[in-house]
Amino acid sequence: MKGFRYLSNVATLELDQKRCVGCGRCLEVCPHQVFALEAKLARIVDRDACMECGACAGNCPVRAITVDSGVGCATGLINEWLREKKIPGVGGGGCG
Amino acid sequence: MADHLGACMARWGINRMDFLVPPGLYAIGAPTPEAPVLVTANYQMTYDLVRRALAGRNVWLLVLETFGINVWCAAGKGTFGTTELVRRVAESGLAKVVQHRRLTLPILGAPGVAAHEVQKATDFSITYATIRAEDIPEYLDNGERTTPAMRELSFTLYERLVLVPVEIVLVLKTLLVLGGGLYLVALLAGGSGAALTTVLGYLGAVFTGIAVAPVLLPFIPGRSFAVKGALAGIAFSAVFFALAGGALWSWPVQAASFLAFPAVSSFYTLNFTGCTTFTSRSGVKKEMRLGLPVLGGALLVSLLLVLAGALVY
Ligand code: SF4
Ligand code: SF4
Repeated sequence: MKGFRYLSNVATLELDQKRCVGCGRCLEVCPHQVFALEAKLARIVDRDACMECGACAGNCPVRAITVDSGVGCATGLINEWLREKKIPGVGGGGCG
Repeated sequence: MADHLGACMARWGINRMDFLVPPGLYAIGAPTPEAPVLVTANYQMTYDLVRRALAGRNVWLLVLETFGINVWCAAGKGTFGTTELVRRVAESGLAKVVQHRRLTLPILGAPGVAAHEVQKATDFSITYATIRAEDIPEYLDNGERTTPAMRELSFTLYERLVLVPVEIVLVLKTLLVLGGGLYLVALLAGGSGAALTTVLGYLGAVFTGIAVAPVLLPFIPGRSFAVKGALAGIAFSAVFFALAGGALWSWPVQAASFLAFPAVSSFYTLNFTGCTTFTSRSGVKKEMRLGLPVLGGALLVSLLLVLAGALVY
């Protein structure tokens, strides 16, 4: 996204090219132009731009893509950690 | 994926009941059985935007039940999703209304939908058209082809500004509780003047983190939201120091103000990641792993400073 970059080397996006059938769906759904199609195979060209929304993974017909998508704000992550540790949430903040 | 960007959704979910458009199939103009079918959420603002963009055209509009939440947030929650889309296609009898088998979806709805599964269940194939509703007319005129600009996200000043009021409403309760507590403690420790200064500083630091830093986001150096928030917080501390007559404070209080306020701002700016469309969950996790101990430490040290200062002076 022009003018905005987030941290490098953190995105969990992975592509298994051996499965890819080159349908181009991942290019169609990604709002950050993370993929390119080369020789009828998808390739990750800008992993650091990935916001882990999960659109590519969910729409890939052959499940060639994996990504850890989920709550992405501080309050939400704190609540998630509390839930994992079975500690009741503190007020909830704004995350559902 | 069940509730990605949970924050954002709840944020947008505020007042959701005021914004309900009944789900179902709508005709815009006088569409033929060949006219395209556009799919959207029953969030009033999106719906109005789409209708306005489509004024004067003849298309079908299939509105999904997203409980008044916008497409992006509902897609994360899964309400703008495969199950709802398949059900709505069946319930509306779309297959009898149109002759083709194509559905046109907003790109930001894609996280909730598996196009191939919808096709398997309904025989309708999916095209993800544009990110912004305003681009739909151009998309239709362009032979239903997406240009690179139509799938390029933006996060303009305006788009950041409209998020701020919602963010503020969400923290009001916390502000009342913590601000009130802070006031009482400072009142007992240093009198009403000190109490007022403390609370004003706290509110200012929160506002800096929640509103100033997000609005100035691209102009504050660094990529980390925690760092951006802390920098904005330091700037605020300096301004506050000058305005509130900080030169007269004892040095532990001076030091504490430059530690605690930036820590508060930093946390709220980090929390703003839930509203953006370019920060990743893994990135926020990393920031929190590194940042929360620092923020907590800064708050603890400033508390100790103030306590120690109160004993000595
Ligand atoms: S969606 Fe999957 S199969 Fe299609 S191009 Fe992308 S990786 Fe390949
Ligand atoms: S998870 Fe979202 S942002 Fe990341 S590559 Fe997939 S579609 Fe693009």
